[in-house]
Amino acid sequence: MSALTSPLRPKRSKLLTGVMVLYLLYTIVPLAWLLLSTTKTQDDLLSTPGLWFGKSFAFFTNIKDTLTYNDGIFLRWLGNTVLYVVVGAGGATLLATAAGYGLAKYKFAGRRAVFAVLLGAVAVPGTALAVPTFLMFSNLGLTNTVWAIIIPSLVSPFGLYLMWVYATDAVPGELLEAARIDGAGEVRVFFTVALRLLAPGIVTTLLFAMVSTWNNYFLPLIMLSKPNLYPLTVGLTQWSNQATGVGARPIYNLVVTGSLLTIVPLVVAFLLLQRFWQSGLSAGSVK
Amino acid sequence: MAESVAHQHVARAGATGRRRRVFKDGKGWLFVGPFLAVFALTFLAPIGYAIYLSLYRNQAFFGGTVFVGLDNYTQALQDPKFWEAFARVAVFLVVQVPVMLVLALLAALAIDSARLHAAGFFRIVIFLPYAVPGVVAVLMWGYIYGDNFGLAANLNDLLGTTAIQPLSSSWMLPSIANIVTWEFVGYNMLIFYSALRTVPGELYEAAAIDGAGTFRTILAVKLPALRGAIVIATIFSIIGSFQLFNEPNILRTLAPNVITTYYTPNMYAYNLSFAGQQFNYSATIAIVMGVITAVIAYVVQLRGSREAL
Amino acid sequence: MKSQWRRVRQLVVAGTALTALAVVAACGGGSSNDSASGGTTTGSADAVDAALKAGGEITYWSWTPSAQAQVTAFMKQYPNVKVNYVNAGTGNDHYTKLQNAIKAGSGAPDVAQIEYQALPQFALPGSLVDLNQFGFSQYESAYTASTWGAVHAGSGLFGLPQDSGPMALFYNKEVFDKYGIAVPKTWDEYVAAAKKLHAANPKSYITNDSGDAGFTTSMIWQAGGQPFKTDGKNVTINLQDDGSKKWTGMWNQLVQGGLVSNIPGWTDEWFKALGDGTIATLPTGAWMPGVMESSVKAGAGKWAVAPMPTYDGQPATAENGGSTESVIKQSKNPALAAAFVRWLNHDEGVKPFLASGGFPATTADLKDPAFVDKASAYFGGQKINQVLTSAAGQVVKGWSYLPYELYANSIYGDTVGKAYQSKSDLNAGLTAWQEALVKYGNEQGFQVNG
Repeated sequence: MSALTSPLRPKRSKLLTGVMVLYLLYTIVPLAWLLLSTTKTQDDLLSTPGLWFGKSFAFFTNIKDTLTYNDGIFLRWLGNTVLYVVVGAGGATLLATAAGYGLAKYKFAGRRAVFAVLLGAVAVPGTALAVPTFLMFSNLGLTNTVWAIIIPSLVSPFGLYLMWVYATDAVPGELLEAARIDGAGEVRVFFTVALRLLAPGIVTTLLFAMVSTWNNYFLPLIMLSKPNLYPLTVGLTQWSNQATGVGARPIYNLVVTGSLLTIVPLVVAFLLLQRFWQSGLSAGSVK
Repeated sequence: MAESVAHQHVARAGATGRRRRVFKDGKGWLFVGPFLAVFALTFLAPIGYAIYLSLYRNQAFFGGTVFVGLDNYTQALQDPKFWEAFARVAVFLVVQVPVMLVLALLAALAIDSARLHAAGFFRIVIFLPYAVPGVVAVLMWGYIYGDNFGLAANLNDLLGTTAIQPLSSSWMLPSIANIVTWEFVGYNMLIFYSALRTVPGELYEAAAIDGAGTFRTILAVKLPALRGAIVIATIFSIIGSFQLFNEPNILRTLAPNVITTYYTPNMYAYNLSFAGQQFNYSATIAIVMGVITAVIAYVVQLRGSREAL
Repeated sequence: MKSQWRRVRQLVVAGTALTALAVVAACGGGSSNDSASGGTTTGSADAVDAALKAGGEITYWSWTPSAQAQVTAFMKQYPNVKVNYVNAGTGNDHYTKLQNAIKAGSGAPDVAQIEYQALPQFALPGSLVDLNQFGFSQYESAYTASTWGAVHAGSGLFGLPQDSGPMALFYNKEVFDKYGIAVPKTWDEYVAAAKKLHAANPKSYITNDSGDAGFTTSMIWQAGGQPFKTDGKNVTINLQDDGSKKWTGMWNQLVQGGLVSNIPGWTDEWFKALGDGTIATLPTGAWMPGVMESSVKAGAGKWAVAPMPTYDGQPATAENGGSTESVIKQSKNPALAAAFVRWLNHDEGVKPFLASGGFPATTADLKDPAFVDKASAYFGGQKINQVLTSAAGQVVKGWSYLPYELYANSIYGDTVGKAYQSKSDLNAGLTAWQEALVKYGNEQGFQVNG
C-alpha cells in the first residue's frame, strides 16, 4: 500500500460518489418540488406540473408578499421562533450537556433510577399528555405566554442520552482528576475541561434541539391562542387552513414560500456549527 | 510545566486505585438537578396526572366523573381498535427502523470516509428533509403521491398503468414508511457521523500500521466506536415508531377512509382526547402504550450497551 | 463544595414539590363542565344597550375572512369598546382550543364563531350564554326559519345566525354541453347523467365523494330523514329511517357503480379537478361561489347554478354549513358580548360580511333586489342569487343535529368510509356509524336508543 493511498488519506472514489448521488436524488425530489413551487403564483400552483416552473417567475413577488401579508405578521412569527429556539434549544443543550456529563462521570445513588424514569417518561405518547399539560399550565397561569413554549422545550431526553453516551467515551476521567488535583471545583472542571471535549456532541445536540424547537408544532398549537405569539409552524398552518371552508382564500404560494424561508436559518445554523465537528480532540491529551 | 506536574498527579492517583475518579457523595446531582427539575414539571407531572385520569371515567354531558379503578385498563387491553393499531406500528417498526438505520449508517460511513467528493454538500442535503416543517408536508406528499394530478399520476401515465396508488390501503403503510425514512435518515446519519468524529486519529494509524484495508478498518475501529450511538438511535427510533403520529395524520386529509382515527395508537389516543373528549380513556391508552414501549426500549438498551451504564 | 450540591438538592426537592402542587392544583380545578367565573344568568334587553354605552373590552375568536374588517368598523362606531380579534384556527383547531379553555375554566373568548352543527355540543353542557335573557327572541323574523332553528338547542337561544348554506347544484356547463347532458331535475336524471358522463370520458366524474359526513347528513336531510332526535338526556338515532334509505338507494348507484371521484374535498387535487372538468358538479351550500371565485380561477365562465335535484321533482333542499357567533359563559361582560353579536349578525356588521362573499341568513338581504339580481361574472353572467335565495326558502323542515355531531363527523371515515373504500352498500356503513354513535352517547351520559 503506497503512502498516497493509505487508509488515512484514501483516494476519492467515483463509484462511491455515484452511489451517494442516487441517494441524493431520492432526497432531493420533494425538495425540488418545494423550491419550484416557491417560484409560482397561487394559480400556477394549481394549474402547472409540480416538478417544473410555472407560467411566470414569481419567486421574488412571493417573498415580498410573504413578508408583508397581514401587516408583516410573518416577521413577528419569525421573531417568536428565534426567541423560542435561542432560549429553548440553547437552554435544552445546556441542561442536557450538564446532566449527561453528571450521569456519565459521577456515580451516585439513584443514577440507574434516573435512567429508567427517563426512558419510561419518553415512552408515553406526548399527544395524550397534551391535555394534562395544558390544564396544569393553565392553572399556573402560563398558557398563552412564551413560557408555555419555552419551558417544555428545555427538556431534550434525546439530547441527554446523546451527551451521556458521548461524555462516557469522550471525556477521560484522568483529565478531570488532574484538574481536581489542581484545585478546581466541580463546576470549573466542567467548564474548563469537559466542555471542549464534548464539543462535537454539544453541536449535534444543539442542532437537533434547534430543529425540533424550530419545528415545534403541537404544543404551541394547544397552548397559544394569541396569533402574535405563534411560532412559524403554527402561523403557516393557519395560512394553509385558509384554503378550507366557507370564504376560502388559499394562499398556498405564501405557505410554500414561508416554509422555504423557515428552512434557511436552519441551514445557516448547520453550516456555521459544522466546523465544530473535528476529529480526535482528545487525541493529544492523555498520553 | 503544569502539564508534567498534572501527569505526575495522574500517575500517583492512578496508583492509589479507582476510588478518587468517581464520587459517591452525590455531587452528580449538581449537574443532573436542573434537567430533572424541568423534566419533573414537563413530563412527570403530566404523566402523574394522566395516571390519575386513567382511573376515572368522565361523562362529558351528564353524570360527571366517576372512579372506575382499573376498568379502563381492562377495556383497553380488550380493545380491538387498540390492538389493530398496535400490530400496525409493530410491523412498521420491524421493517422501517432497520432499513432507515442501515441507510443512515452507510451514509455516515461514506461521508466520514474521506473518499467522497463534496462530502460536506452530501451532509447538508441529506440532513435537509428533517428541517422541512410539517405544514408543507401535506402539499408536498400530496403532490408526490397524488394519483390524479401528481407525480404518481405522471408515473402511471408514463408506464401506461394505474397500478401506482400510494394512497390506497395496500400501499399506505409503505408510503408512510417512505416519508419517515426520507425525513429521518439525515437525522440518524448525523448522530453516527458525530460519533465517528470522536475517534482518535491514532486508532486509524494503528490500523494502517497493522495493514488493515478499508473494510477491516470499518469493522475494527469505526463500528465499535459507533456502538453507543447505534444503541441510542435504535432506542429512539423504536420509541418514534411506536409513537407514529405526524405522518399518518398528514396523509389523513388526502385519504380519509384509509387512515382511520385509530390508525396508530398515538392517533387513537389523540382522537379520543380531542375529537371525543374521552380524556380518561385516552390517558389509559397512552399509559398502556408507554409501558409496552418502555419495556421494549429498556430491553434493547440493556442488550446493546456496555456495563458502564 | 458540599454546600454546592446540597443547595442543588434542595432546589430539586423544591422543584418536585412545586410540581406536585401543580398536579394537585390541576386535579382540583378545571374539572367541572360549567365554569365558575363570569356569566350571570339574569339580564334584559336594556342591559345590552347599556353595555354598549358603558364600553369595555372583549375578545372575539373567529375565522371568518371578513372578521377583521367587521371588528374595525365596529370599533369605529363604538369607540369606547375594544374588541381583540383573534383567529384561533379554522374549524376543529378552533373548537379544540375553545373546548380546552372551557375545560380549564379560563382563557376562553367572550364571543366565538360556532358552526350550526357544533352548536349543540357547546350549548348542552352549559358553556354558552342563553341570549333569550337579553330579549333576542324578538329578532326571529329577521332570519330564515332553518337558520333560526339552527341557533337553538332545546328552548335556549345561543346565537344570531351569521350565514346560511342552502344547497344548490353547481355544475360545469362547458362539460355538460360537451357531452350533451341536460341539467338534471330529479335524482334519477342525475344518476343517468353520471353514467353518461363517465361512459363518454372515464376520467370525468359527476361529482366527488370520498366520505363527507356533512354532505351525507345534508343529503339525508333533503330526503326528509330525521335520524337524530334529542330530548334532554334522551337521544334517538336511526340512520336507516325512510329518508336515509331514500338517499342511500340513490347514492349507492353512484358509489357502487364507481361513478363518483374519490378525490377528497378541499385538497389541492380537488381545486384542480374543479377547474379542469374532472369533477363536473357539486351539490353544496350557497357559499360555494365565493370559494370558486378565489380558489378555482381555471373554472371561470364555465360553471352555472341550478336548483338541487329532488326525488319527486318538487323543490326541496337542505342546509350545508353556516355558523353563528355565541357568547361564552366564561365571559366577564356577557351583555357587551351579546351587543357585539347583535351588531355582527343583525345590524351594521352584516354588510361587510356580505361584501366579502358571504351568503346571508337575514330575510331582508335574501329579498334585496340588489343582491338577488346581481349577475356573476364567474358564472358566465348568470344571476345565481336568484337560484340560491329561492333555495333558502325551500329547506326541508324538522332537522336537528346530534348533540355530539363533531365527534360523529370525526368517526365517519372509520365506519362509513369502509363502504366507500370497497364500493359496497352504504346502508351497512350507516349502520356501523349508528352503532358507534349509540355506544359513545351512552358513555357520555345520554340515554340513546338506536
